Amino acid sequence: METMTEDPPLTFPSIWRHKHLLDLERLRSDELHAILTTAQTLKELTDGCRRKLSLLSGKTCANLFFENSTRTRNSFSLAAKRLGADTVEFSSSGSSVAKGETFVDTAKTIEAMGVDWVVTRHHTPGTPHLLARELKCSVLNAGDGPHEHPTQGLLDILTILQNRGPSDWMDPGTNASELLSGMTVAMVGDIAHSRTARSNIWGLKALGAHVIICGPPTLVSHRWEEIGFEVAHRLDDIVQRCDVLNLLRIQFERQYTRPFPSVREYAALYAMNGDRMRRAKEDILIMAPGPINRGVEITPEVADGPHSVILEQVTNGIAVRMAALWLLAGANDAAAG
Amino acid sequence: MPFHTSSPIQPIVIDGGRVIDPAHSMDRIARLLIVDGHIAAIDPSNGDVPGDAHWIDARERVVTPGLVDLGAELRQPGREEDETIQTGSDAALAGGYTSVLCCSNTNPVIDSAAAVELVTQIAQRVGGVRVYPIACLSKSREAEQMAELAILAEAGAIGFSDSPRPMPNDALLKRALDYCRMFDLPIFDRPEVPGLAEGGVMHDGQVSLVLGLKGLPTEAEDLAVARDVRVAEATKGRLHIGPVSTMGAIDMIGRVKSRGIAVSASVCPHNLHGSDALLRSFDARFKVHPPMRSPAHVESLQQAVADGTIDAIQSGHMPRAGEKKGNDLDESPFGAATLETTFAAVVTDMIRTDILSWTRAIECLSTNPAKIAKLPAGTLGIGAPADVAIINPESSWTVRASEFMSRCQSTPMENRELFGRVTHTIVGGRLLFVCVEESAIVA
Repeated sequence: METMTEDPPLTFPSIWRHKHLLDLERLRSDELHAILTTAQTLKELTDGCRRKLSLLSGKTCANLFFENSTRTRNSFSLAAKRLGADTVEFSSSGSSVAKGETFVDTAKTIEAMGVDWVVTRHHTPGTPHLLARELKCSVLNAGDGPHEHPTQGLLDILTILQNRGPSDWMDPGTNASELLSGMTVAMVGDIAHSRTARSNIWGLKALGAHVIICGPPTLVSHRWEEIGFEVAHRLDDIVQRCDVLNLLRIQFERQYTRPFPSVREYAALYAMNGDRMRRAKEDILIMAPGPINRGVEITPEVADGPHSVILEQVTNGIAVRMAALWLLAGANDAAAG
Repeated sequence: MPFHTSSPIQPIVIDGGRVIDPAHSMDRIARLLIVDGHIAAIDPSNGDVPGDAHWIDARERVVTPGLVDLGAELRQPGREEDETIQTGSDAALAGGYTSVLCCSNTNPVIDSAAAVELVTQIAQRVGGVRVYPIACLSKSREAEQMAELAILAEAGAIGFSDSPRPMPNDALLKRALDYCRMFDLPIFDRPEVPGLAEGGVMHDGQVSLVLGLKGLPTEAEDLAVARDVRVAEATKGRLHIGPVSTMGAIDMIGRVKSRGIAVSASVCPHNLHGSDALLRSFDARFKVHPPMRSPAHVESLQQAVADGTIDAIQSGHMPRAGEKKGNDLDESPFGAATLETTFAAVVTDMIRTDILSWTRAIECLSTNPAKIAKLPAGTLGIGAPADVAIINPESSWTVRASEFMSRCQSTPMENRELFGRVTHTIVGGRLLFVCVEESAIVA
């Protein structure tokens, strides 16, 4: 195996053509690999996302959030600042949205202030796709309702690769579609309302992982099987053979009706606790997109235990967002030039 | 008829076209003579044609009874940002329609004799397509008590419905079907159980699952159709169910029809082509009612139109202003302008694909809807009102909603290449629409 140089050079991946990052479903494995390796390189170049570079100085990133967010918004802001870009913050409360402006008009107004990327979160699926049609700048999806949250999917996969990936996963010549082959990853919980799940599954599948979607039937449609994913309704049935568990939060705010009788019953069936940990593989990786509900999908001993990589995920979030901003800017500059 | 009778009309000869009149099993090249607003003769000799007649060269064209729509929203009064009777009439004529039943969801709603008369009067002033108001089935469209159906009928209502709002009150629907038997007017129901459809924006299936969009499950329609056919059977009332969009609906309607129950049913062209996969674009143009279903449903619907389970094809014209349709999929209302594309969509997707014969297609677009609404239309028989559409079946065109007569500029057919261009539309013997592009070709 070739030894990596101490400071890997940051070269723009020639296969990258996308101007927007809207979803993972439509990205190929080599494109996913390009973002992930760029993210890893940027993480190293910034000493674990702490040091500032000037790769994107002079550019401006607008955060256009129509839904509450603390972590994703701050993560995108930090990612932009770490690469030297300026940021503009916009949220729906106290803005012209409250005065009846449509969100497309709002986005166009922000764009007219001269921004290079719009990072958007909205409660309706497809809103970033609509913006991508209407705006000239790059659009990054930071969560569109229950549809996708591509940077969350990427940061989860980066975390898996760092912890369980093959040692040469950064190698540009690697076959990306088999990077995670042999690995079983379960998404557990409120799949119906989870954009994290809807991004993870496509990325994981493209990279060769076996994906299990696990939760009560009211939250895990039988149609996932028709689409090619394994469906499980009891965590106990699958916990022994999983390499990674990604524990999703129950999104009470998105549910029209209560899909299970009580939180207590849900926790009994799906909470990752000490007892289930003892039946799991020795090197199982425990992930959660957060915010976590301790005692519901995960018990404190597991969340804070040695298998948990929940805080690594947060750091990796900045890394993949730096990579996304840099790649989209490059694709945009190439298109303009 | 109160329409278009104020002044003498120039006779019209439609010469050399393929005349299709399902009501008289006619499908041959023929010459039609129109005098005083009525079909005066078929194949008159040159000597029998009045000297002042206007000649239309219909060679290579298909001549049909004008189309009859079982339910278009014309939005006036009160929703003029979406459509007016004038713009809706212009759109209808451009689409080959000569009669349009208009929906009751105006503001105020059409639940009074005054509202029926207002719509009728505006339509007369416009002097375009024949407009027949469907009045509300329930008072204020609130689904609690019957509207004054006899008074509405007296004022000119052609039938009753709260559509496009589904009727959630089973007892009210049954009572109204019973009550309506005394005037033999139809009730129209758009079948949907509201509880199961709440918040849905598209067909509930694999695509909605992947996109994270709230689905409209087929069972929401199936349950309503089951209710509809049972109350129709129980009351022997006249019920029209439509538009339908599911295999389950077709199955139930087919079964009760085979037992001789007098229900009728219709579909929209957007459910006969394409599928829910189009929503992958997240484009609100495809947010239509009924929702675009999965390919299996589309195929079943096509067959049901061919085998007679479905009686009629209706436009499903639900115009909505651009500022409404330009929104995201949750905020955007259901709706599309379809009057100008329905005929061509049927030609392209049903006739040219050999699913329907021309005769069956015209039956579904004109003859049957006229029968369901009990209108003196849908035929080219001698003595019938001269409501005629002429179409060039080989002429292809690209759908651009920006060129529509309708005020609504949103259609799921945008950018589609369609065959079949309406060249002339004649209402009551008056030539009210001539396609500019097509007449240029003729000249």
